[in-house]
Amino acid sequence: MTNHWVDIKNADLVVIMGGNAAEAHPCGFKWVVEAKKERKARLVVVDPRFTRSAAVSDFYAPIRAGTDIAFLGGVINYLLSNDKIHHDYVRNYTNAAFLIDEGFKLEDGLFSGYNAEKRSYDKATWQYQKDKEGYAMVDETLQSPNCVFQLMKKHYSRYTPELVSRVTGTPKEDFLKICGMMAETAAPNKTMTVLYALGWTEHTVGSQNIRTMAMIQLLLGNMGMAGGGINALRGHANVQGITDMCLYSEVLPGYLSAPTDADKTRDEYLAKRTPKALRPNQMNFPQNFPKWFTSLMKAFYGSAATKENGFCYDWVPKKDGAYDAMAIFERMHQGKMTGFVCQGFNPLASLANKRKVGDALAKLKYLVIIDPLATDTSEFWKNHGEFNDVDASKIPTEVFRLPANLFAEDAGSFTNSGRVVQWHWKAADGPGESKGDSEIMAALFLRLKEMYAKDGGKFPDAILNLAWPYRIPAKPAPEELLMEISGKALADVTDPKDPTKVLVKAGDQVPGFAMLRDDGSTSCGNWIYGGSWSQAGNLTARRDASDPSGLGQTLNWGFAWPANRRILYNRASADLAGKPWDPKRTVMKWTGTAWGGNDIPDMRPNAAPEEHVMPFIMAPEGVARLFSPIMADGPFPEHYEPFESPLDNNPFHPGNAKAKSNPAARVFKSDMDSFGTAKDFPFVATTYRLVEHFHFWTKHAHINAVLQPEHFVEIGEELAKEKGIKAGDKVKVRSNRGHIKAVAVVTKRIRTLDVDGKKVHTIGIPLHFGFKGLTKPGYITNTLTPFVGDANSQTPEYKAFLVNIEKA
Amino acid sequence: MQVNRRQFFKICSAGLGGSSIAMLGYSPTAALAEVRDYKLARATETRNMCPYCSVSCGVLAYSIGDKSKNAKAEIIHMEGDPDNPVNRGTLCPKGAGLLDMVHSPNRLKYPEVREAGSNEWKRISWDEAITRITKHMKADRDANFIEKNAEGTTVNRWNTFGFLASSAAANEPGYLTSKVLRGLGVVALDTQARI
Repeated sequence: MTNHWVDIKNADLVVIMGGNAAEAHPCGFKWVVEAKKERKARLVVVDPRFTRSAAVSDFYAPIRAGTDIAFLGGVINYLLSNDKIHHDYVRNYTNAAFLIDEGFKLEDGLFSGYNAEKRSYDKATWQYQKDKEGYAMVDETLQSPNCVFQLMKKHYSRYTPELVSRVTGTPKEDFLKICGMMAETAAPNKTMTVLYALGWTEHTVGSQNIRTMAMIQLLLGNMGMAGGGINALRGHANVQGITDMCLYSEVLPGYLSAPTDADKTRDEYLAKRTPKALRPNQMNFPQNFPKWFTSLMKAFYGSAATKENGFCYDWVPKKDGAYDAMAIFERMHQGKMTGFVCQGFNPLASLANKRKVGDALAKLKYLVIIDPLATDTSEFWKNHGEFNDVDASKIPTEVFRLPANLFAEDAGSFTNSGRVVQWHWKAADGPGESKGDSEIMAALFLRLKEMYAKDGGKFPDAILNLAWPYRIPAKPAPEELLMEISGKALADVTDPKDPTKVLVKAGDQVPGFAMLRDDGSTSCGNWIYGGSWSQAGNLTARRDASDPSGLGQTLNWGFAWPANRRILYNRASADLAGKPWDPKRTVMKWTGTAWGGNDIPDMRPNAAPEEHVMPFIMAPEGVARLFSPIMADGPFPEHYEPFESPLDNNPFHPGNAKAKSNPAARVFKSDMDSFGTAKDFPFVATTYRLVEHFHFWTKHAHINAVLQPEHFVEIGEELAKEKGIKAGDKVKVRSNRGHIKAVAVVTKRIRTLDVDGKKVHTIGIPLHFGFKGLTKPGYITNTLTPFVGDANSQTPEYKAFLVNIEKA
Repeated sequence: MQVNRRQFFKICSAGLGGSSIAMLGYSPTAALAEVRDYKLARATETRNMCPYCSVSCGVLAYSIGDKSKNAKAEIIHMEGDPDNPVNRGTLCPKGAGLLDMVHSPNRLKYPEVREAGSNEWKRISWDEAITRITKHMKADRDANFIEKNAEGTTVNRWNTFGFLASSAAANEPGYLTSKVLRGLGVVALDTQARI
């Protein structure tokens, strides 16, 4: 979330699209209700199903799964054609005025630079025109045909209400009504907040779904404002924190892009990741990358990381390709993996195409499950009848199952969706011999270290020298770890302007990331958490909920990264002169000598407005990108059909088969045959959560299993009639990858849509069931889903695929 | 009067007992029956967080066992933390079942192994589990670790071993997991953040 949960109450318009907060995030949804009640805010829901969020909305519109860019691109067209944008905001705080290379174009659904062989783009023509000093050139009048504003206008002029309705199935008048409601928030003192979840991310165009709405929020001037922003409602209680700690291959803790084979030396690595400002006077905050990376290496390798050895740069493993979950399982399926660990993760149930995942696991030599629960994955080898029809005697994988503690059995911090880090305390021991996750990792690591010290082996240096300063080595304490994450001075940190002035004494915790250095004098496990445990102690454990502004900022409750800032880009909540766009909801203002207000400034505190330091400090441009030169699949979002689509072509580009689905989406050759067509699988399916369950966990909890005991699928009345299916019938749902059986729920909540001249039925499939648990044993929903990923994030397309249905 | 949460429960339960007995016509001093103490009055309250969705609701966990030396705490009740500015004491149908999650019969209690081709689990000790797993890991790493790529660049990666990390773990074990895995040279690493 760019904003946070309580801030939703400050909105004038709440849009829920690609999510269903009332059921998936009920206690956060409370703030939507608060906004409706106290501010008379309106709620709009756009979803293939009439969800419980829709049930309390002021306006609901149906949409075909996987067509959000068509809808939102249509909104952009509406705002631009009807001149409903926040002009000052767009001109000053976005790259609308920037000039783009003259070679940039979109032709027949493909952007310039496409390589069909590699399914990827050469982005050479997607770049800014630059002057002699290397700054991006701009046209303040926004009139040049090559400025972002004009290119955007041209790009979205194709998204007419008629075409939008034809593609999305949303009735034209519904679409226009929502456009009008959104347009009202172009007024400087009106805001719209956007709540989305996996209904946007889990598509082959997932990242671009979100980007399209981000563009709308920029055009309306709603970023950085109280009650505004783009708010990802994330999945797990600490998925935000684990993302920040970067437990994935592309990045090191704090989103530091991990080295690849192309980054031969530390200098090359740092040079590529340390950008130069693209406009004069901008903060260009990523210029500090070397400080963050060097401090991380000091946290990892302590005194072994020296200037002489490049702070152990060579010890960091370099990537030679993709290693996301789908890529890992593709490698495993090809027999290229020996061992695998699932820590609190149930891939057999949660990854796409269960059969492929199960077959892949069977090719491992050893599998280790670290979990509080007996997961489905832990028994992928066991025959559970029709639900997991395998022969254990033919599966040679050795499987270990290690009992882990649950939340209540360990102390530590969780980071919520609004980036607020909150400490929790241990209430009891776990059952039997269960251990905490840190203790289990320590046990594995210390044993390996002992073996490498005694017997030697391949490259033992990084193992033997990994910093392990914990008082009880076998039980690193959460307090010690958070202090390491937050960072400390290893030598006196002095003021760059006056080296006689000591800012942080050697041995002290740093007050924030501004004190980090690239000379080895500071250590910090995750720069964005810098200062979360300062000399003042554990700030994540603060419990002062006072809220003097009434905006719900609660600056002394826990610690929000970065720098305890609650609303990102908050400098943009004020005009160029530093006057709030809406004084009643002041987040930030220029006081005459410094930035102040009701948040931590997302700006150098003494940057006077006349210095023209722009609000988007993490971008070398200083402004937000309506045109993004860095996305994998295009600088402007374009509508592409899901990989499995009920249509024969992309109505935006009917003549080009290559542009039917995202031309840069990640798909493995071996999976090409696993996709089905509308001829055999005529119905659109989408998966989702229920209010009574959380993923594949609560099927193990008695009360939740009683509340929602059995797998079901939802179908509309028209389809039910067509297929002769009655409520309560057992049905079989098939995709080209397998089938499930479940109970049919026949409902008015799912409408049949008119799409491109034909009727499209949608089938809704909850995901929570499986063969392990207290719920009635059932099939795994992800038996059906396709193994194809978003071009930028490689997130699988769980939300839009094709199935057929019949009475079982 | 300053009253903390625990004292508040004591006052309430005493007050309830007193007034209802008085209403029935008994004199409190002559009561033959007594209302049971409010059970949470003698429980230990611990501030925790719901592990489900990313609202990360504040939760109060009540356990029996007062942290004295030989008392093993057992969680007997959980409810929303009214002080938490986000959930303000509320819990949803998922979170309202947290106690059943903590005490699920499907909680793992001991390390176990399923041998190759076998159809059953076998209980083993932690020491045996760690010994066997690390032997596998070291043999695999020593056989497949890549120090330099074909071009001669130092790459120091081990890509025949993969790890899916938990988004239910706290930040601290998450960080430690990242540190250990990078130290081992692991690149095949992912988390629920992706899906």
